Amino acid sequence: MALYSETVMDHFRHPRNVGVIEDANGIGEVGNAQCGDIMKMYLKIENDIIVDVKFETFGCGSAIASSSMATELIKGKPVSEAMQLTNKAVAEALDGLPAYKMHCSVLAEEAIQSALEDYYKKVKKDD
Amino acid sequence: MKVIYADNAATTKMSDAAIQTMLSMMQESWGNPSSLYGHGQAAKEVLEKVREGIAFAIHADPREILFTSGGSEADNQAILSAAYLGRRNGKMHIISSAFEHHAVLHTLEKLEKEGFEVTLLDVHENGIVIPSEVEEAIREDTCLVTIMTANNEIGTIQPIREIGKICREKKVLFHTDAVQAVGHIPIDVEEDNIDLLSASAHKFHGPKGVGFLYARRSVRLTNLIEGGAQERGKRAGTENVPGIASMGTALQEAMAKMGENSAHLTVMRDRLIKGLKEIPHSALNGDAEKRLPGNVNFCFEGIEGESLLLLLDDKGIQASSGSACTSGSLDPSHVLLAIGRVHDVAHGSLRLTIGEDITEEEIDYMIASVKEVVEYLRSFSPVWRDLVSGKTPFIL
Repeated sequence: MALYSETVMDHFRHPRNVGVIEDANGIGEVGNAQCGDIMKMYLKIENDIIVDVKFETFGCGSAIASSSMATELIKGKPVSEAMQLTNKAVAEALDGLPAYKMHCSVLAEEAIQSALEDYYKKVKKDD
Repeated sequence: MKVIYADNAATTKMSDAAIQTMLSMMQESWGNPSSLYGHGQAAKEVLEKVREGIAFAIHADPREILFTSGGSEADNQAILSAAYLGRRNGKMHIISSAFEHHAVLHTLEKLEKEGFEVTLLDVHENGIVIPSEVEEAIREDTCLVTIMTANNEIGTIQPIREIGKICREKKVLFHTDAVQAVGHIPIDVEEDNIDLLSASAHKFHGPKGVGFLYARRSVRLTNLIEGGAQERGKRAGTENVPGIASMGTALQEAMAKMGENSAHLTVMRDRLIKGLKEIPHSALNGDAEKRLPGNVNFCFEGIEGESLLLLLDDKGIQASSGSACTSGSLDPSHVLLAIGRVHDVAHGSLRLTIGEDITEEEIDYMIASVKEVVEYLRSFSPVWRDLVSGKTPFIL
């Protein structure tokens, strides 16, 4: 049996939304290189809708796949919906992750929450 | 797609001759070596012939060769035997190195729980133990020095002859885990002053689940498995005759071709090292010369090893890494940490252990593939971005 599901491998081999948004209004970075995973999320939010999202990840196959899936799950969605995103939803959408890789989905959830927090801080400052 | 197997330190493909030996033993000489009738005695004869062959290969006496289930069992039995012999004389100090195989390190941890004291020597940046540091570490109550012949991850070859000499002079037993070395580089238990040595058949194109322990006649062994009187009463259980016979064939072949294999592998290894060095911010792990002929181990800054392995696998290259993600733990390889690689860098390691049939074209394909994959992974690595922008300094 393969280590990862077909969906994980698909998102790992062809990650969606890879890169940087130069004029992002919400940026979140979580993890640390010492543990072997870092995720950075860039959000472009207009009228409370996530119109664009991009990510950069340093990490294993499931970390890259989790980042990719998480961006797909929130792209085009209202901020209120993105805030509800859980690691479980990311893992399920990937057709499961090995138990010891579940932290990768947690990291993806945290990266998005962190980017949303950043957005709110900036919006608040602007208001 | 053509597959390049570059994980020979993990295991090797069985040679055709080793498979044939195993088959014929299973089909024809399947008797129990402890049985008195001809069929059993024929199996017994095979065992003793293999024992002689192994003894010849490492310059030992056949009576000093004990068949085991592999390298881990041999390591366990060697270390526990020496430790318990020491304890009888009130000697409960053991010296080893920080980057031994877990079969050694975990056995030492078990002994620590029993009251033994263990000193783990530094292996320095080049991955080599310094003999004078072994000498300095030896105390009145030291009963054993156990240092591997060659490291399984970074392939560095240890000065076992010098270490053995020191141990002999200080009257301390010397064990060496030679699992990665037997069949690949010359070993002579007499010249190298070795008292105990562990080996495993599947590292030299033999079968899995079989290995041997060399124990100098003066060393009284402790049994790990109690039962019948097999292996001079030191290892009970009906012998794995097909496996042992097959190991004998594999070792004989490896010994006969050692010079030729080693010369070819060294050229291929150095070509691979030269090519991978061209990748910016990369570094070879372990000494460039005092290393096994087939071992290449690199760290690439800004990327993580597991994703590197998966993408190389997509290109038909089968390798391994010391990254935490490949071990299921949070820490990267203890070997890479022992040679001073920091966590961030150790996560981006790649071990390529090439086989004797490797070609120049395959080496060049591996170089091109690793370059491509490293570059790709760096293209969306936030760590790499911070390094390139100067936010964090490069380590390599």
